[in-house]
Amino acid sequence: MNLEEYKGVYVFAQQVDNVINNIAFELVGKGKDLAEALGTEVTAVLVGSGVKDLADQLAEYGADKVIVVDDPELKEYRTEPYAHALASVINKYKPEIFLVGATAIGRDLGPRVSARIHTGLTADCTQLDIGDFPLAPVPGKEQKHNQLLMTRPAFGGNTIATIACPDFRPQMATVRPGVMQKRARQAGVKANVEEFNPGFTPDHKYVEILEVVKAVANTVDIMDAKILVSGGRGMGSPENFKMLEDLAEVLGGQVSCSRAVVDAGWKPKDLQVGQTGKTVRPNVYFAIGISGAIQHLAGMEESDIIIAINKDESAPIFDVADYGVVGDLNKIVPALTEKLRAEIAKNN
Amino acid sequence: MKVVVCIKQVPDTKGGVKFNPDGTLDRAAMMTIMNPDDKAGLEAALRLKDQYGAEVTVLTMGLPKAEDVLREAMAMGADKGVLVTDRVLGGADTWATSQTLAGALRNMDYDLIITGRQAIDGDTAQVGPQISEHLNIPVISYAQSLKIDGDSVIVERQYDDRYHVLKAKMPCLITALAELNEPRYMTPGGIFDACKAEITVWGRADLKDVEDSNLGLKGSPTQIAKASDKVRKGAGEKVNLDPAESVDYIVGKLKEKHVI
Repeated sequence: MNLEEYKGVYVFAQQVDNVINNIAFELVGKGKDLAEALGTEVTAVLVGSGVKDLADQLAEYGADKVIVVDDPELKEYRTEPYAHALASVINKYKPEIFLVGATAIGRDLGPRVSARIHTGLTADCTQLDIGDFPLAPVPGKEQKHNQLLMTRPAFGGNTIATIACPDFRPQMATVRPGVMQKRARQAGVKANVEEFNPGFTPDHKYVEILEVVKAVANTVDIMDAKILVSGGRGMGSPENFKMLEDLAEVLGGQVSCSRAVVDAGWKPKDLQVGQTGKTVRPNVYFAIGISGAIQHLAGMEESDIIIAINKDESAPIFDVADYGVVGDLNKIVPALTEKLRAEIAKNN
Repeated sequence: MKVVVCIKQVPDTKGGVKFNPDGTLDRAAMMTIMNPDDKAGLEAALRLKDQYGAEVTVLTMGLPKAEDVLREAMAMGADKGVLVTDRVLGGADTWATSQTLAGALRNMDYDLIITGRQAIDGDTAQVGPQISEHLNIPVISYAQSLKIDGDSVIVERQYDDRYHVLKAKMPCLITALAELNEPRYMTPGGIFDACKAEITVWGRADLKDVEDSNLGLKGSPTQIAKASDKVRKGAGEKVNLDPAESVDYIVGKLKEKHVI
């Protein structure tokens, strides 16, 4: 493999139902940072059926170029045709870096593609930098420059590791949604589009979709919320979440929850914060009746302000909370909601 | 029908994590359990055994002591256990691990391969899909239900806001979510039999159609630059007040930070 042939930063622009997922804009933003450090460009790869019209949105968030792979076989996500699309793009354009969102789609697609083209893939990254590998010179070992350094949590958030892929290209990573920042939108920017279709011939690896069952969208995605009021097992019952909904409503926020709450069947999976749920970084995160297992902390500790209410003084949530209140949530939360309602009314 | 379940012995992350000087995990120093998603995959296979008389083989790669996790699976009801262990396979990333397991699977009969979605140590979710690619068979990840329909499987595949009902012809590979089922317990008779059962132990030479350059630390495209304990931001203030004072405290902070 001639590593020098591989140029440019490419990102997979995930869309579902012809709506571009936020992770695509986040990857374009991060990809732009990396491209600037390398003196190159960021290219978004948009895959689907009838998706060409979406390309300008990617340009508005900073994509220098958009490769569109458009084919009826790509209407709904399926592993094989999407893997074929990305592997073909990589073989033709030879990017040095390829980023994919660590979504339920990306975490299936990324490994299949990396195995097909024989390169490394680092999962679920929370930080990406350009730097040297090894980090410091080691006698007898070549130190390579301008490498992608991929940092990720492991062991349920107990450790972090920085990984490089010095001898294979592209350097591939899946990136955790909600962690990278998108750039400010430049309205009206037109995309530099290149269309590419490698041909799609169904074979034994094309699975058949019998049915698509959409969950009823109840609220705004918790990853987009500025204020989250999150409840844990300590809420005691699904009915008690009404208190949190009232508090969230007063503050214009959303309700989210811990894994225990989803496991108990009190709330749907799309409201779950944490290692196996979503990573959130709202302006304010209320952790109410949440003990703060390390897997939960991994999904919310980047929030600007963390306010914890818990009756157990030794709960680990207090180790990351900016403001910890030891006490009975059943007494504090309703009173807090009323007081805030009064304060906000006074301000208006 | 023959089902192979790939299972992994993982450190119980509640017990803390230890590293070797080269930044790889010191697995020998940690308490271990069967990876939870894999256990759900095993339970799914055992239900196929109950329902259709499927033969269930569990496959693992690891240190010699990973034999324990195979015996646990056999005590739950698996028929056979295969341990792939060899010094040259150590330090593998997901590419080299999937190459190793694919090399073992090429020497086994299977209609269906089940892996857990992800292991709680690495959390990558990569090895299952990568095995399927090396074996050139279909993959369905994130399975939340599984049934058999003639020569095919029908699987509910979970996404963030929906699920797809997918049909794939066997042989194929699915990765199981812990939500798939509630794994059964080992039975006393099963434990007794599993203690005596013979475990097949394979080394490098028993892997089919895999080059040395794709195995172990040397065959791993990804390399660790550094690994360390996570540095968390320190705790802030903690107060223990009566409810009314607690409310005033929180409202005060929200005002101070211009949230309201």
